[in-house]
Formats: sequence, C-alpha cells, structure tokens
Amino acid sequence: MIYYKIMKTDTIAAIATGMTEAGIGIIRISGEDSIQVADKIFKSKSNKKLSHQKSHTMHFGMIFDDENTIDEVLVSVMIAPHSYTGENTVEINCHGGMFVINKVLETVLRNGARLAEPGEFTKRAFLNGKIDLSKAEAVMDLIQSKNDFAVKNSMNHLKGDVLEEVRSLRSDIIYEIAFIESALDDPEHISLEGYPEQLLEKTDKLLEKLNALKERSGNGRIRKDGVSTVIVGKPNAGKSSLLNLLAGEERAIVTDYAGTTRDILEETVKIADLVLKITDTAGIRNADDAVEKIGVERAKAYAMDADLILYMVDSSVPLNENDMEIMKMIQDKKVIVLLNKSDLQQEVSGEDLRTHFEKDVFIIPISAKQQTGMEEFSEALKKMFLSGQISLNEDIVITNLRQIREIEECIESLSLVRKSILDGMPEDFFSIDLQNAYLHLGYIIGEEVNDDLVNEIFSKFCMGK
Amino acid sequence: MENLITNKNTIREQVDVCVIGAGHAGCEAALAAARLGLETVIFTVSVDSIALMPCNPNIGGSSKGHLVRELDALGGEMGKVIDKTFIQSKMLNKSKGPAVHSLRAQADKADYTREMRRVLENQDNLTIRQCEVCEILTEEIPCEDAGTAASQRIVGVRTYTGAVYECKAVIICSGTYLKARCLCGEAITYTGPNGLQAANYLSKSLEDHGVELRRFKTGTPARMDKRSIDFSKMEEQKGDDTVVPFSFSTNPEDVQIDQVSCYLTYTNEKTHEIIRANLDRSPIYAGVIEGTGPRYCPSIEDKVVKFAEKERHQVFIEPEGLHTNEMYVGGMSSSLPEDVQLAMYRTVPGLENCRMVRNAYAIEYDCIAPKQLSASLEIKKIKGLFSAGQFNGSSGYEEAAVQGLIAGINAVRMIQGKEALVLDRGESYIGVLIDDLVTKENNEPYRMMTSRAEYRLLLRQDNADLRLRKYGHEVGLVDEETYRRTLEKESLIEKEVERMFSTTVGANKTIQDFLEAHGSASVKKSTAMAELICRPELSYELLKEIDPEREELPADVVEQININIKYDGYIKRQMQQVKQFKKMETRKIPASLNYDDVSSLRLEARQKLKEFRPENVGQASRISGVSPADISVLLVYLEQYRKG
Repeated sequence: MIYYKIMKTDTIAAIATGMTEAGIGIIRISGEDSIQVADKIFKSKSNKKLSHQKSHTMHFGMIFDDENTIDEVLVSVMIAPHSYTGENTVEINCHGGMFVINKVLETVLRNGARLAEPGEFTKRAFLNGKIDLSKAEAVMDLIQSKNDFAVKNSMNHLKGDVLEEVRSLRSDIIYEIAFIESALDDPEHISLEGYPEQLLEKTDKLLEKLNALKERSGNGRIRKDGVSTVIVGKPNAGKSSLLNLLAGEERAIVTDYAGTTRDILEETVKIADLVLKITDTAGIRNADDAVEKIGVERAKAYAMDADLILYMVDSSVPLNENDMEIMKMIQDKKVIVLLNKSDLQQEVSGEDLRTHFEKDVFIIPISAKQQTGMEEFSEALKKMFLSGQISLNEDIVITNLRQIREIEECIESLSLVRKSILDGMPEDFFSIDLQNAYLHLGYIIGEEVNDDLVNEIFSKFCMGK
Repeated sequence: MENLITNKNTIREQVDVCVIGAGHAGCEAALAAARLGLETVIFTVSVDSIALMPCNPNIGGSSKGHLVRELDALGGEMGKVIDKTFIQSKMLNKSKGPAVHSLRAQADKADYTREMRRVLENQDNLTIRQCEVCEILTEEIPCEDAGTAASQRIVGVRTYTGAVYECKAVIICSGTYLKARCLCGEAITYTGPNGLQAANYLSKSLEDHGVELRRFKTGTPARMDKRSIDFSKMEEQKGDDTVVPFSFSTNPEDVQIDQVSCYLTYTNEKTHEIIRANLDRSPIYAGVIEGTGPRYCPSIEDKVVKFAEKERHQVFIEPEGLHTNEMYVGGMSSSLPEDVQLAMYRTVPGLENCRMVRNAYAIEYDCIAPKQLSASLEIKKIKGLFSAGQFNGSSGYEEAAVQGLIAGINAVRMIQGKEALVLDRGESYIGVLIDDLVTKENNEPYRMMTSRAEYRLLLRQDNADLRLRKYGHEVGLVDEETYRRTLEKESLIEKEVERMFSTTVGANKTIQDFLEAHGSASVKKSTAMAELICRPELSYELLKEIDPEREELPADVVEQININIKYDGYIKRQMQQVKQFKKMETRKIPASLNYDDVSSLRLEARQKLKEFRPENVGQASRISGVSPADISVLLVYLEQYRKG
C-alpha cells in the first residue's frame, strides 16, 4: 500500500491570529466549501445564510455546536478570488477567550474543514496568484520553516506514553492488515477461515483503547478541565496545603516533614470564572530516595507541559539550590509566584525573587495555613487571562487538535471495519478501512510508512511458491 | 572487446526496433512494435527457448492474473496463448470480494513456448534472430536538444558475431541471463536457466554508457519424475468446473477442457532437520551468493530458518505439461547441494522414492535499479533505450510481459514522436507496478501484490477491458470492431445500473413472498431494485423473478451490473480518492529542473529528487524522504518557474 494523506476536503481552517492576544482571535476558513462549512455552525442575528450574503460583508451572530452556543462572533465573508488566499474565505472573529476560540476551531473542523498545514494559507495565496512571483523564495522558506517547527513541536509535546500507545495500536492494526493481505495474495497457503469473528473482537478492543486515548489526549483534557496548572516548589513549601485550600478538601497528605507528596495529585478548581486543572507535584529537590526520585522526575515533566505554573516559595526560610533549580526550569513558562507562610518571620522578599526572573512575574504573599492572599491570587489570575498575559500554549493546542482529529478518523475507520464484518462483507473490505486507520495513527507520530505493509507481510507470514 | 571489431565483411542491417531477449517481456515488446508497423528484430540466445517458463508452470495468480487481463485489454498476447495451452485453471479468492478474484492457469510449458513462437514467427515486420547482443551503439545528443535528461541516443546494437543492426530504439529484456550464475550447493555453473547460455558482454557495454547495474537472485525447485511419486499420499487439487478464459477475446466455450490435477503435500520436522543440519552447505548462508533474493518466494531453507516455529510447509506438486513426466515441486526451491536436496525431498509424504529429473538451483544475474527509468520504461540517460522485465528488477512472467508490452508501445511512440503511454495507479495494476519501480527503492525482485494497489476495488480483473481497451485502441493494438464491442458493453452496463436505481418495487405480496423465499427481510415501502441487490442474500440475477421488464444480457454484463451496484458505496469512495490523486499526477516537472535552485527543499528531499528525477509532482510525493512540506515548496517553485 502506498500511503497518501487522505484529504477528505480541500477546505482548510486554522487560527489566523496566534493565540496570545487578549483572548481575541480570528479563525480563518479557506476553500471552496468554506461558506457552507460556516453556515452549518453559524446563526446570524438576521437569520440569513452566509451563502446568501455578498462578498466583503460582516455579520453578527452565534456559533453553535449542535445545540450549544459556543460564542458570540462577528463573521466576515469573502468570495473568491477576492480574499487573501484567492479562495472563498470566512473569518470568524471570536472574543470569548482562548478556550472558546479553540472550541470554535474544533467545531469548524468537525463540520467539513480540515486543519491547515503550516504555511498552507500562504501557499494557496501564492498558487492562486495573490502573492507576487518575486516573493516565491520567501514563501518557500516560510512553508519549510513552519513545517520544521511544527514537526519538532509536535514530537516534543507528544507525551511518551501517548507515543508508545499509538505505536502499539499501529502495530496491532498492521498485523491484521498483513494477515488479511497475505491470505489474499497467497490463498492456498494462508486461510481466513473463522477470521472475521476474531477480527471483530480485536477491533472492539482497539476501539476501546482509542476512545481512552482520545480522552487522555491533551486537548480532551483542556477542553474539559481548563488551564493545566502545576504547583511546584521545594519540599514542604506548602504546595499540598494550597491544593487543599483551593479544592476545599483534604486530598494531599500534609505533614511537617519534607517530601511527603510522592505521587502526583490532581484537582480541578474554579477560580475567578476560570477552570484550573491543578497538579500537585512532589517537592522538587535532589532526592536520594528512589521512589521519591521518580516523583520528582515526573513533576518536572508535568511542569514542562503546563499552561500555568504556580511556584510556591517558603518565605520563612532562605532560598536554596532547589529554588534556584526550579526558577531556572520555569523561566520560559507562565508563572505566578506564591510567597507562602507570610504569617511567619520573612526570610525571602518579593524583591529578592524578582531579581531571579528575566521577565515580570506576579508575586503574591499568601498564607495557605491562615487562608490569606487568596483574593490577590484570584485577581492576578483574572489579570493574566483578561489582559492576555497568559494564553494556552499555541503549539500544544494545535498539536492536540491534530491528534484528536486523527484519533477520531481512526475510530471512524475502525467502526467501518466493524460494520463491514457485521454486514458479512468479504475480508478484503476490512483491509481498506484498517489501512485508513493505520494511516491516520501514523500522522500523529509523523512516521514514514512507505513499505510497512510489505515488510510486515514478509516478516510475519510465510508466503510463496 | 577486440573480437567484436566490425569490418566490411560483417552483416549491417537497418531496422526500427531491436528487442534483446525473447522471454515473456521480449515477446510482448517485439509483437507490439511489429504490430504497430515498425521493422523489428528480436534477439535470443536460443530460438528453442522463446517464451520459456523456467520456473513455475503457471500463468496468473493473485494480482498477476490482473496483470494478464490488463495486458490482454491493451492488445498483448500472453492471455491468448495461455488460453490455448492451459491444462488446469482456477479462479482464486472466489469467496472474497470481486477485487481480489484472480485467475491462475497451469500451463503446458512446451505448448506455451511453441504457441508463442508460432505467433512470433508469423508476425509481419518481425524477424527472430538467434545470437547474443554484446553492445548497444549510441551517439551524443547535441546540447541544443537540452530539455531532456538524456545525453546520448541509441543508433544500434552489435552482436557477438559482429553484425550491426542500426535502429532507433532498443528494448532490453534480458531476464536472468546477464552474467548469469547458477548455484546448487558447491556446484556453480556460469549459465542462464536450464543450462542455457548466459549473456556475458552486454553488462559491460551498458556500464560504459553510464547505466548502473546490480545483482539480484532468484531460485527454482527441483522437477521430479511423475512415475516415482505416490499421489495417494497427497491431496488432489482440481481445477474449476467452469473455466474463465484469460483473454477477453477467447470464446468461453473453447476453454471448457478436460483438466489435469495438482497435488498438495507437506514438509515435516524431518525435512526441516535435514535442512538445518546442512545450512552451512547452502551458498546463501555460506555467503557465496551476493545477489538479493525475493522475500515472497523464499527458498525452503529460508522458510525453515525464518519461520522456525512452523511445523510444516505446504508443497504443491504440479505437472509441467501433458507430454512430459516432469513434475514441479512448488514451495521447495533451494540452493542446497544436490544430495541434501534429494534427502530432504524424500522426507515429504508421497516423495519418499522420488527421482529427480532437474535439481533445484538459485540463479544470480545483473539487472538495474529501476529508478534510472522514466515511467515510459525508457532509460532516462539514453534516448531510445527501453527495458522490461527482470532486467528492471521485477520478477515473474506476468510482471515481465506487461512491462514488455508498455516498453514496446513506447519505443514505437518515441520513434513516431508521440507522447508515451503511461498508465497510472488509479487505472491499472500495470500503472502501480511501473510507478513502484520508478519511484521506490526496490531492494529485491519486485513482485506484484494485490496490497500494492491502493484503488484495487476499481482495478478488478473483471473490468480490465472497460478500463484499458481505450488505450489499446488509441495506440493501435486493439482493432475497431473489438473496441466497438467494449463500448457497447459499457453502455449496456451503464443503462441497466441506472434502471436498477430508478426502478422501484412496491411492498406487495409478490415482492414479500419473493423476499421471504430468499431469506430476506420484507420491505415496508416501495424500494429501488438497487437497494435490494445490495442485500448480501440477494443479487441482480435473483431479482430477475420480480423484474418483468428485464432484457436478456450477456453474462459478463450481468457480472458488472451486480458488482457496480453491490459495492457502489466503496467504489464511489475510491473514485473520489482517485480524483484527488490525479490532481498531483498532472502537475508535470520539467526534465531540466535544477533542484539546487530550490533552496528551501530539505537536503534529504533534494538528494532524493535529484536521484529519481520524478516526472510529475505525484511521483515526487511517493519518493521516500520527500515530505509534504517539500511538495508544497516544489509546487510554489513550479508555479514561479511556469510564470517566470
């Protein structure tokens, strides 16, 4: 089998503005069907379909996902060739914050557009004669560099366990394809007697795993739970107390001994109308204890992936090398520093801390024990979101979106396999959809797939005259 | 090669096309060229070995059967010859979907050879010449003709005896003969298959002209004396009750003959023990063989080593013909020494007392990495030099034959200044085969497989005529009358399918009774015939009972109607994919494009593109190491190139 990227549609969509500006963003849809796609999810105040509107007009209304209203938006319509790409284009101006923009994009993708490849709008603009020929060089560079970046990023953001899971699912799927194909190629050596029943069972198991994977994928998490937030700090800085305070129940074991939290604790809390998914991590220090070491490593990994970091500092003791290491680690991240134990004798001041950060950070004195400073914390959160200081990590969002779409495609393909089996179709039909499933999982991990099947056939099954 | 110096006493002839080799590729190439009106010579080391089947005694099989049918639709010969000379026939995969049904016929090898030779001998414009071609002759192409990648052009060939045949195109179909070497344990002979003379000179001439060669190997099992085999210990394998001919031109009544049987038996632990104990004497495991062998037809020692957990392997005993006692031992090819061979064969039930007529052997030969070819099967560097078959790194009679036909057609079209015939992956297995050859790293002899065809639901063996007759007609190998009949068939199918979608049956008693009688659920409202045909338990044929308007239609038309309706959803999906695929295929890349000018290409992609020099963007996208982003970059560059 040769794998072509299966493009169900040539209508593409992406967030055109980047994800960092004040929760306001534009989603661009471009391609022949873009207006029809928008019409499926947009209801204008005037009740008029976008397909009946003139070019270069703007309309106020709502974006719906089935029954649910997602956002109040302004939508502009540009009819080919009078748009940036030279194709029919719809731009949706969202202002409900990053989660909402993300959600609108997802809705667009579910209704007939596909996620644009990096640089694809520009590529189309050029191919449609919208960009001067003399810019060709620049356009080519842009496409290549954006793709390089995307590939690197998507691999970086793919968590090890997801990668493993995808690989293992793929190897299960290709084994089945290879079995069917070798039997088709060599029917006198390999029999498919009783195979459909086996495959049905296997397909059900695969579907179960894929659904779980979809739930676990970063995007599902963000969509459901909000900003992924990680509390870091050296041992006994009061991280667990904070979590308990925010969550309002005793979840983490709190003792006076450093290094009590070895597992990762998770909690979803709502503060200032924002949903934070908070992970408490083992205190970061140079652990000797083997079990604790694992906890510390995992904590670091979580922190790297988070949208927001709450850095707990014990203000009653001087900063030590653990704090230095933590600050080094979180320089590039969105951070709120919480100066805990403000009720005790102060050894560390806000000013001291500020000197350790290259950029401006929120530093808020609190006392988790006395429950003070929470108002200021909540204000800071609001400011970060509403003023646009914090936003979701765009690369992660896009990576996740792609992941989810591919997993969904894979699930769809396997459901078709199921259907074919139940309909009593011949075995060669199972293979068609299994191949699609394999293909889509491959996109997630960006693996080259040229001769996979032939190799699998020859390595697993004994063929031939 | 001092002994090859021409002088005025040697033969000097002028023809249009020279075909080197008269195997399955050479025969089709020569017939095509001659039938298209060009003066053609076909060279062979032995006239008695024309269309020889040196390995398995059958034509067709999974996906190979498709190739033969496609060849036939285009005006090739193989299908017609096997229809006249087969001794058993089977449609494989009959219980599977129509896309993977595949015909396979056992041939009477001697009859096959004789019949093909008869066709060649009686073909106008075609001369058979027994001698070895040692050199290709070329001239430089003046620089002004740039725009093609070729720097030389074919002007003729020279034979071992010094004869020069001036020509405009050469088609190399040298099979396994170039510097051939046969291995059977420690015994090595420098011959082609069956002890035939090897061709030892052409390789050097090709290398001197910049053609890169490499070495492949393949193998064949022993042949046994039928009288020494105990068939009572084996399972008999009969042919189909009703035989379907290969050729669309063969009258089905003519192929309902008395068939002979094949026999199935198995290897066992004892067999494997002998093999394992003697592996050190196998030239492959001892490292004597340099060539790369095919994974799909492994030797028995390969099977035993790679699939050690398998307790037994199937062995098919197949007759080599009606007038010989030789039996082919399918599944047990080997390069072990003769004594080990005999010992291992004799462990197999029914072969305990077998007497060997010919021993099994492996054969090594020179061939090319086919990325040097364009999709027309012309070697990019040398205008007028075409090649087909095992020389191109493929394997199998059928794979060879289709390439021969395409090379023959395109040699003629090149001479006539016409655009080459290039079939694509969306319309034929032939297209898949050639595209795979020219766009992929092929590290073993290439065999057609149904899994290689991504649009196989459209590329069925039953509709090869509907897919390809038009091309055969266009190039001139399919006559007016045959083509008219195909068009008629097409229109009958179309009309009747349309009628099935538009004709409805009511939910009345006649219909419900009919449905009940066939174990099918009743209908609640008036329903289209097509909808009923889609039900697994029903078919177009069965619905005849409740379809009073139906006219009598030929069986092949009925078959198409049934398939088209039953698999309508899948077929439409694949047609949609083909449409997408074709977009990229039509974006041509100029032969003179300098990839170093496209600075945004990643290094790996640039190297690969320079190496393969794809003819269009679709081909480029299938080269491993070229990413979608590279393709985007290439598209932008081509746009600038076109306008700028």
